[in-house]
Amino acid sequence: MSESLGMLELARVFGWLHELLVDTGLGEPWVTIITYAVLAVVVFGVLAVLALFLVWWERKIAGHIQQRFGPMRNGWHGWYQTIMDGLKLLQKEDVIIATRDKPVFFWAPVICFVAAFLAYVVMPFGKDLIVADLNIGILYILAVTTFTVISLLMAGWASHNKYALLGGMRSAAQVVSYEVPMVVSILVIVLFVGSLSMQDIVTAQSGNIFNWFIFRVPFGPIAFATYIIAATAEANRTPFDIPEAEQELVAGFNIEYSGMKFAMFFLAEFINLFTVSAIAVTLFFGGWNGAILPSWLWFLLKTCGVVLLLMLFRWTYPRLRVDQLMRFSWKFLVPVTFANLIIGAIIKYAGWYW
Amino acid sequence: MVEQASVGVPFWILSVIVLVSGFMVVSLKNIFHCALFLIFCLTGVAGIFVLLNAEFLAAAQVLIYVGAVCTLMIFAIMLTSNMTSKKIIQTNHNAMVAFFGCMIFTVSVVAMLWITTRDGIWHMATELLPENNVLVIGQLLMTKFVVPFEVVSIVLLAAMIGAIVLARGEKA
Repeated sequence: MSESLGMLELARVFGWLHELLVDTGLGEPWVTIITYAVLAVVVFGVLAVLALFLVWWERKIAGHIQQRFGPMRNGWHGWYQTIMDGLKLLQKEDVIIATRDKPVFFWAPVICFVAAFLAYVVMPFGKDLIVADLNIGILYILAVTTFTVISLLMAGWASHNKYALLGGMRSAAQVVSYEVPMVVSILVIVLFVGSLSMQDIVTAQSGNIFNWFIFRVPFGPIAFATYIIAATAEANRTPFDIPEAEQELVAGFNIEYSGMKFAMFFLAEFINLFTVSAIAVTLFFGGWNGAILPSWLWFLLKTCGVVLLLMLFRWTYPRLRVDQLMRFSWKFLVPVTFANLIIGAIIKYAGWYW
Repeated sequence: MVEQASVGVPFWILSVIVLVSGFMVVSLKNIFHCALFLIFCLTGVAGIFVLLNAEFLAAAQVLIYVGAVCTLMIFAIMLTSNMTSKKIIQTNHNAMVAFFGCMIFTVSVVAMLWITTRDGIWHMATELLPENNVLVIGQLLMTKFVVPFEVVSIVLLAAMIGAIVLARGEKA
């Protein structure tokens, strides 16, 4: 669209495609549009496969924590179980209730699914693997993830079901509350890098492993701890999964959804899980920085490590009650993150960092 | 200035989105749908900010208006009982007042346009856009515009405390 939107760095990888299109004699806007479209499809495809893998992985981890095996029937240790589940959901009858709010009911899963992918525009997968290095990078991610909340509210409202409505409302209250500590803990890192761009944040941590922000005591570990707690809440996962607390709300906002619409919510949830982990890796674990192995592999490995941490949270911690959840955010996390921000600012101003 | 030609088509698409959804906000009967169209409208405005190379403003627009203001609006709609039932009338009889309000706004915008383009030239900043405009915005907010910035913060803080006091009521 415009130069200031950032360079199309992933297009360098797809340079051959660009040249191929230019050779066919197409006009300039079309070449760019087709290149962008192919990029979008590639990123989408990779993430969709990743989400399927994460669903399988989560089920295996849950199984082993609970002293069972998890999926075992389809392939080696059930590796294509989620593909079969997806096919099943595709074929299922789309049960829809008569009293639903028609357009809202239809658009809620679509918006949820699309919003989950939007963050990957600025995600640095590797050294040159980024779709667009916007100079507002991390702020862009925070902005687009708000559409997820809207879609959950839409789903809760349109379902015409009190459990769904309660689930949607709980989700909104939770995400709005936890957005504050999340943004402030990210702000500490932005303060030190002096840039909102994701690639700048990663390059600021290059060199040896102690340049990673997680190892910069005292503000780094505190910021990571508060970020990962807030991120768990943002991704609506246990111990903060009150929007879909099975025992209280049956299934929460997605109770009236079935078939492919349900699958879209389900996959979006796992893509959001990967997103918050990828942001954590970019901010605290040096992003794609690493020796010997290619940069994209480092990024993937580190992100899977954080995903594993979040999965362990989910299957080992009990769920918080609504009032405990709110009290924890406003009376503990918010003061801690602000104190951390002030500490970080003092260190930066006094030049005590290395 | 630099890329007027390429801005053309996206600008018109976004304008249509903003205008149509803005009209829907004030004309639909279901207040929940109105709130959703407001989100659509504000996102379209954010898109126009992107076209004008104001990415920071666009992200702030989405973050604040869609993420906070509209979410709270939907929250309020959900908490109010029977908000969308057919018995509740969504319109009132202040059409004339609204009309005059809109007219004053329109006249002032037209007047402003007329004053700025009186000599037949569309004035634009001649300086080049800084490479990293977020950095410049941040520096200006902390130096030249620090007083208005702090005043706005205090007003918002006062509004927040006021809302909490009002919502809490007499008890506790």
